[in-house]
Amino acid sequence: MRVSWQWLKEYVDIPVGPEELAEKLTLTGLSLAGMHYMGKEIERVVTGKIQKIDAHPKADKLVICLVDTGQETLRQIVTGAPNVKEGQVVPVALEGARLAGGMVIKPAKFRGVVSQGMLCSGSELGLTTDIIPVDQAHGILVFPPDTLPGQEVKTMLGLDDCLIELEVTPNRGDCLSMLGVAREVAAIFKQPLRLQIPEVKPQPNEVKEYVQVEIEDVALCSRYVARLFKQVKIAPSPLWIQNRLRAGGVRPINNIVDLTNYVMLELGQPLHAFDYDRLKEGKIVVRKAREGEELVSLDGVTRTLNPDRLVIADAKEPVALAGVMGGHNTEVTPKTTTVLLESACFHPQTIRRTSQVLNLRSESSNRFEKGVDVEGCTLAAHRTAQLLQDIQAGEVVDGIIDQYPKPFTPRTILLKTDRVNFLLGVKIPTEEEEEILSRLNFQVQRQPNETSGQAPYLIVKVPSYRPDIEREIDLVEEIARLYGYNQIPVSLPFGAATKGKRVDGQEISAKIKEVLISCGLNEVVTFSFINPAVFDRFGLPPESPYRNTIKLQNPLRIDTAALRTTLLPGLVEVIQRNFNRRVTNGAIFEIGRVFYPDSIDGAGFQSALPEERMMLSAAGTGQTLNSWHQPAIAIDFYYFKGVLETLLTALGLAKISFEATGKEPGFHPGRTAQVMVNGNQVGLIGELHPDVLENYDLPVPVVTFSVDLTRLTSLPGKSKTYTPLPHFPGVNRDIAVVLPKDIPAAEVCFLIEKTGGNLLRNVRLFDVYQGEQIKKGYRSLAFTLVFQADDRTLTDNEVSVSMEAITAVLKEKLGAELRSS
Amino acid sequence: MEEKLRLMLKAAQQAIANAQDLEEINQVRIHYLGKKGELTRILRGMGALAADERRNYGQLANKIREEIEEALEKQTNVFKNKEKQERLAAEKIDVTLPGNVFYLGHLHPITTILNQIEDIFLGLGFSIAEGPEVELDYYNFEALNIPAGHPARELQDTFFITPNILLRTHTSPVQVRTMEVTTPNIPVKIIAPGKVYRRDDDATHTPMFHQVEGLAIDRQITFADLKGTLQLFAAETFGADIRTRFRPSFFPFTEPSAEVDISCVMCAGQGCRVCSQTGWLEILGCGMVHPRVLEMSGYSSEEVTGFAFGLGVERIAMLKYGIDDMRLLFENDLRFLAQF
Repeated sequence: MRVSWQWLKEYVDIPVGPEELAEKLTLTGLSLAGMHYMGKEIERVVTGKIQKIDAHPKADKLVICLVDTGQETLRQIVTGAPNVKEGQVVPVALEGARLAGGMVIKPAKFRGVVSQGMLCSGSELGLTTDIIPVDQAHGILVFPPDTLPGQEVKTMLGLDDCLIELEVTPNRGDCLSMLGVAREVAAIFKQPLRLQIPEVKPQPNEVKEYVQVEIEDVALCSRYVARLFKQVKIAPSPLWIQNRLRAGGVRPINNIVDLTNYVMLELGQPLHAFDYDRLKEGKIVVRKAREGEELVSLDGVTRTLNPDRLVIADAKEPVALAGVMGGHNTEVTPKTTTVLLESACFHPQTIRRTSQVLNLRSESSNRFEKGVDVEGCTLAAHRTAQLLQDIQAGEVVDGIIDQYPKPFTPRTILLKTDRVNFLLGVKIPTEEEEEILSRLNFQVQRQPNETSGQAPYLIVKVPSYRPDIEREIDLVEEIARLYGYNQIPVSLPFGAATKGKRVDGQEISAKIKEVLISCGLNEVVTFSFINPAVFDRFGLPPESPYRNTIKLQNPLRIDTAALRTTLLPGLVEVIQRNFNRRVTNGAIFEIGRVFYPDSIDGAGFQSALPEERMMLSAAGTGQTLNSWHQPAIAIDFYYFKGVLETLLTALGLAKISFEATGKEPGFHPGRTAQVMVNGNQVGLIGELHPDVLENYDLPVPVVTFSVDLTRLTSLPGKSKTYTPLPHFPGVNRDIAVVLPKDIPAAEVCFLIEKTGGNLLRNVRLFDVYQGEQIKKGYRSLAFTLVFQADDRTLTDNEVSVSMEAITAVLKEKLGAELRSS
Repeated sequence: MEEKLRLMLKAAQQAIANAQDLEEINQVRIHYLGKKGELTRILRGMGALAADERRNYGQLANKIREEIEEALEKQTNVFKNKEKQERLAAEKIDVTLPGNVFYLGHLHPITTILNQIEDIFLGLGFSIAEGPEVELDYYNFEALNIPAGHPARELQDTFFITPNILLRTHTSPVQVRTMEVTTPNIPVKIIAPGKVYRRDDDATHTPMFHQVEGLAIDRQITFADLKGTLQLFAAETFGADIRTRFRPSFFPFTEPSAEVDISCVMCAGQGCRVCSQTGWLEILGCGMVHPRVLEMSGYSSEEVTGFAFGLGVERIAMLKYGIDDMRLLFENDLRFLAQF
């Protein structure tokens, strides 16, 4: 809501300046969104009448104007503006003038001819095309012909004003008007409100002979008021009306349309003017549109209607979308001579739905959506009639039509005065509560409490323009905001002590993040959306479960078309984005939800929600940086496997194993493994398939892992119990065996552990070798074995027996030979 | 005899003094004290002497041996010390060469801020609750006093999945889900951090962002308690010097409702570009739980009261770290992440 400081002051005395007013309004509920001193920079710009226009001797596109600026001599001004004519009154910037934006005008010569100033366009005075016609904004602004020369343009155009832009919350539709804001200001500063109520003398109801109004749907239109103006002369409005419309952000059009807009800005009541002569049978019917009916709205668009749209119709067809926009067929044109004025009250939701469905927002629909004052319809109609007479734009036909099937009865609310203090934690005396509510135009009546010693009740009658006040709590808020939120003391909740707890999943997420951070991975956060095209980039087959996504009905773009079923594409995009920015080394992870549409069929009404699973995924590429004292370490499969092993161990999980899998779409067939905990698959680790990398334009390998945390947290962890420290020394033995290279190391390890029995406490693979001394297709694996007993020092012989058994089993089961050194 | 011993002592002392290194000292030791050394040779000649003379010379010879040994020891220490000094000097390293790098990753700034917020409220006795990100219309709107057709639905441009299922536009549905479970027990004190979604995308809006919802319900929770709690939060988050102000606002699920501003963290309230010259920055919305919301969730609005608040995590992160474009938070440039 744009509020003109000068206009506002007509309704109420304001004891402070614009800044302080804005601050006070902000702290009582109308938040300041911006302040604008309109003509702040403009100086020495006056009106001037163009007496004569001569051609420029040396330039086709320039003309020389002789301008009367109210001084003894005429002023010679050169301009290139195409729209100047002799006799026009226009803004003239004198020498030394300043324009909007701070430009200073100096005497100048244009191709040899001296110009004593400049003719100004609307935009040079700070007026933009949203509030004046395009030709006036870009071309020279033209004043009404009877304007006297030599007057301050800043004053003429109402630019010596301050615009206060206020944010009006959806519950305060009443503040979408000068009157509404003035009421707030009056209440804040305890000042009386000055409102010109037009005097309406009893009149014969002549209008009834011309107009008939019928409301078919009383639920959607609670009141319809009409007045008739005849002998109307369509012309531009007087400047003062235009200026106020501009201050309110509305572009002047003609006197009739401007009047309806003026009264809407003033009183908050949207009005509509019909060309009466084009209304068939002089009839107005408020009804639902019939299926398939058409209406060309004022913006020139043909709208096909249905019974969900409320329309104003004449005897035959719709002439307006009720409360949203008028129809082209009854539009006020320069030929209009008789005008029917509508001042009505429509149901907020029907207006909202119509403007939403048709994507049609107007000043009118904005106000109806938030509720207009049903009691204010006649006032607005009378006010328009009065202004019409004031500006001599036509004659008012006596009488008024007022269809008001269910007149308003004010709401009455019982307020417990101590409830206010209890809820707010304050001690406001009853008198002050009463006084605050009275300032806001609530009628207050005190009623003693039957129970002795108890605080009294207030019986509060709510004014018609405050439909948002429905129950006691609404009155508490009214008192609180006028009392001042910042006057309310501070305290902390008093009551039974509570222990703050995290949920289980969060504890685990926090632990995972801690471990991964210490392993050098960076946490990322990506959007939960997925572009279904990425499944093709990942080479997923049509039947892949990942493709079964939850689709959004109204995505912003294709990349928000569905909800993700996997975190990996998001991570690969991060790797790709970094790579393109030449950040080529790094490892990242994300913990977030993925969504499976189990229970949504997409089409019908379903109350069950989809499944949300907590996932962990990581991706890495490149290597750690080497330094003079440290080699670089590749961020490859084994790096990530180590990270994952560290993580799962830190989470207290037992029996972690990795099983090669060659069939996972999107992954390198020879470098991918299922991650198993206790025999359950909890995730996948692997390098991305070269085809996927190619689809992402990544010329380097990318390794990833994913863990289903929802599944992981359902597995039992290892509970920690103490094992006594060994009393006897252990014995270390190394063994190196040569065997076919496709025998998994895990299998060798498993056999060693099994054969070594309970004296074998640790097996560590410390070398893998393929090369010259080893025959082709074979490799050497070297292990360090640690033997130990709890009750004695082991003899050499005992250990040797065990080692021989291990060697024999490896040879028998796997064909392994001891590597000769 | 005595003369011989004394001469030998002199010669030995001379030799020790002349020795250049440990090796030479060792040779001196062997030359005078070794099995075939001078001293042994001289003592061998004692066999011809009388017994008491032998004893006297024996004592003298021992004394001289001790003296030589002492001198040797002393000189050995000098050389050893010297050698140690030389070795240490040779072992000198350039302590300004860089040390080993232990790569630590970084938490995303949103996580860091969330952790801080959670810690503040855990300390105040609030527990952490969670709820689904794909939500029913009922929890996201209806039960929060935003019935169909309510203008407030428009403020939150919603992603729909079906007419009845949507991506939650705020974390407030967790309030309702919590109350449904806890009713009629009190006190209830929770915060609900999480992702929320709105159809918006520009420098100050992303279609997904994070909120933290707060809810406290008890027999006598007041607006003053709400103010105190949030003032404490602001001071913990932005520093003790931060000032707060409460502005009346409108949310369908709270009444009275407020928006909370903090004094601008960039200009300390003097007015700058970040605060649009107002000196204040809006950080959250809050209010007393609307009686209708309490009633719909099964509580008696006559017996209990409560407050609720919702704050945007990205907004806090941006203010705390001086980030000027919200989209940076979701680009995940590693050079950006490494700064937190």
